[in-house]
Amino acid sequence: MASPSTHTAHHAPQGFIRKYVFSLDHKVIGIQYYFLGLFSVFLGMSLSLLMRFHMVNPNAVVKWFAVLWPAAASGGIMTPELYLSLMTMHGTIMVFFVLTTVPQGGFGNYFLPLQIGAEDMAFPVLNMMSFWTTFLALVVMVAAFFVQGGAPISGWTAYPPLSGAGPLTGPGEGMGQNLWILSIAIFCGASLMGAINFIATTVDLRCKGMTLMRMPLTCWTWLVTAILGLLGFAVLLAAGVLLLLDRTVGTSFFLPGGLFINDHIIANHKGGSPLLWQHLFWFFGHPEVYIAILPGMGVTSQLLSTFSRKPVFGYKAMVYAILSIGFLGFLVWGHHMFMSGMNPYSAMAFSVLTMCIGVPSAIKTFNWIGTLWGGKIHFDTAMLFALGFVSLFVTGGVSGIFLGQPALDLYFHDTYFVVGHFHMIMGVAAIFGMFAGTFYWFPKMFGKMMNEPLGKIHFYCTFIGVYCIFTPMHYVGLMGNPRRYSDFSNVLYLVKAMPLHQFMTYAAFFTATVQLIFLFNLFWSMWKGPKAPANPWNATTLEWTVPSPPPFDNFGGVHPVVYRGAYEYSVPGAPTDFIMQTEPPAVGAGD
Amino acid sequence: MSMSASLTHDIIQGPPPPIDTGWGGGGDNSEGRGADRRAYFTGLFVGLAACTMVFAALTSAFVVRRGLSDMNDWVSIGKPSVLFWNTGILLLSSFLLDRSRRALKAGERSQFTLWWTAATALGILFLVGQAYAWYQLRQAGIFISTNPASSFFYVFTAAHAAHVLGGVSALVYVDVQALRLRLGPAKRTGIDVTAVFWHFLDGLWLYLMVLFYVWG
Repeated sequence: MASPSTHTAHHAPQGFIRKYVFSLDHKVIGIQYYFLGLFSVFLGMSLSLLMRFHMVNPNAVVKWFAVLWPAAASGGIMTPELYLSLMTMHGTIMVFFVLTTVPQGGFGNYFLPLQIGAEDMAFPVLNMMSFWTTFLALVVMVAAFFVQGGAPISGWTAYPPLSGAGPLTGPGEGMGQNLWILSIAIFCGASLMGAINFIATTVDLRCKGMTLMRMPLTCWTWLVTAILGLLGFAVLLAAGVLLLLDRTVGTSFFLPGGLFINDHIIANHKGGSPLLWQHLFWFFGHPEVYIAILPGMGVTSQLLSTFSRKPVFGYKAMVYAILSIGFLGFLVWGHHMFMSGMNPYSAMAFSVLTMCIGVPSAIKTFNWIGTLWGGKIHFDTAMLFALGFVSLFVTGGVSGIFLGQPALDLYFHDTYFVVGHFHMIMGVAAIFGMFAGTFYWFPKMFGKMMNEPLGKIHFYCTFIGVYCIFTPMHYVGLMGNPRRYSDFSNVLYLVKAMPLHQFMTYAAFFTATVQLIFLFNLFWSMWKGPKAPANPWNATTLEWTVPSPPPFDNFGGVHPVVYRGAYEYSVPGAPTDFIMQTEPPAVGAGD
Repeated sequence: MSMSASLTHDIIQGPPPPIDTGWGGGGDNSEGRGADRRAYFTGLFVGLAACTMVFAALTSAFVVRRGLSDMNDWVSIGKPSVLFWNTGILLLSSFLLDRSRRALKAGERSQFTLWWTAATALGILFLVGQAYAWYQLRQAGIFISTNPASSFFYVFTAAHAAHVLGGVSALVYVDVQALRLRLGPAKRTGIDVTAVFWHFLDGLWLYLMVLFYVWG
């Protein structure tokens, strides 16, 4: 039987800059990513509140609008172009700097090495560069608000010709759009660096005994997410460079000839294909959906098992489902383009492949329910958010079945049905995964416990709030309510939708307000929360074998050895209802 | 073997690399903080996969854009002859890198440094040649926006040159370490990783040449 070996413990650097700013420690970098995401989520959420306010009060005069945007909201009334720029920045900031950043860069960075028994990521310097490059990307993105013309208006998908033809197409399409593309290109570089680190770490730095099939499911999801990021962001980077060249040096990759924009003939472009951009973008864009949601699935699996004191039901099936979702995710990009006039046979192929993703998704959902079945469920806040994730994932997934069919998508595509769908499954489900991760791992990260009553109030308000925001969107979508319009208050057939829009706006403001409870809980607990023990949840994985917070080199100079799987709960005959992964088998029981 | 000879031999060659146990049986992270040799190679190959995806995306754009050129806007450009010289230079530099690594294996440190420096110089010469190719095109009035064929030529060659610049930086770094006699086991990993990356750039260049001359 192997026993843990020891070596000299490494000590943290003492200077403030090297310890907290340009740190090489994966834990500090994870926290840096987390707070970058926290800033971004509040920024993105503020933009969405402005949009919702405008939708139901399109003619409202707000003095500070004029202060913030002297040109785009002169006189205090928001112009449609300003609305579109808010929409673009909301989508971009949420997708790239929240959904991509926190689950992988934040929790993944902090807990992957801990869960596989490594002292750090494989390439600490690359890890630090990855974070600071992401930070630079965010700075460049936010800078788009402050340049002449403001932020771009072409949406987070930046479809040309709107995004490619320059300032003629709108106020944000000058320097704002250039900065947007530059920021995304920088972000791609950062994500590629991160992906290389995650894959090398998982493949090569697992401790003795940590076979692939003993890894926590969180590690599996971080690994597959890294592979998706590696292949997807490389393509987006190439596409972004081509788009920037179309805009700046007059090439025609995506811009066709004969464009007539705002009374001007565009004469210096011809022969390009806007559809080419759509293909390249969605080849990245669909895997991006799984980049956002897979880590949430991993956290949910981990928490459902821990808090129902049962092993994950069908661990191997869960692993194969994660791999299948990752693989199939690269074959379905065309379902975002049913409206592009593609060959119906292509659409059918993409549709069938899309339906196929329902199979591993259903396996996961079934196994989550199987994990809960007959368990001794502890309804801690972390668990509530994990349960909320399952609920939102199912709700959002079901509407995906509708949208995956070309005939139905023809009707739904440009309506609020789609907005409701992707916010449920990609937005709030993933955010619930982050909340679950926060409540679960906060004790390990900061050495303090979060406040449970506040956490529960926050959960119930948020859970009800997000359903109140996004469920009615499906209804107004069915009514044919178009998305991306800044004002439909005077559209006759949508008059009956306005009360629902008002309800959604109230719900959005309510939900945003209760997030202040979370913020308070987070920072108050960080300073004043009760001290956390090493293993407050009686969990089995390696991060709970070390003090809270862990020492600089994670395992205090000991190389852990793993003897068993990640979810040994309620094992018959065991003295406790959990067995740590580092617990050697009983003498005589074999290895 | 005398003690000093053995010591020199160890400094140059280092201990044998750790035995690769594959990635199914659990890792052996006994080297402490950071990566071991195997992780560097994993990182390298994963990085090469990302580079491949960048060029695969550009190639798919190339194929689609060329197929769309029904308005005769795709006009093949005359390629500068310096590209053939550059191909030879790149292949020769790769050959010299391997010659250099063989010398290191045999314990001939001065030979290693000599060949490595020569390969590095050829790498820099390739970049100079690439810049000259762009200059020739400019002189001929062929710019990036002239037509889609020229656009893709500039994009592909610039993307490749950016990677070569990264490769040359790594070559120079290893060379400086070699000249300062700082080679050891860890630096040998750097040598091998750099060499594999450089060979990848060779293969990529040959692929681009076929693309330019057959379809470009």
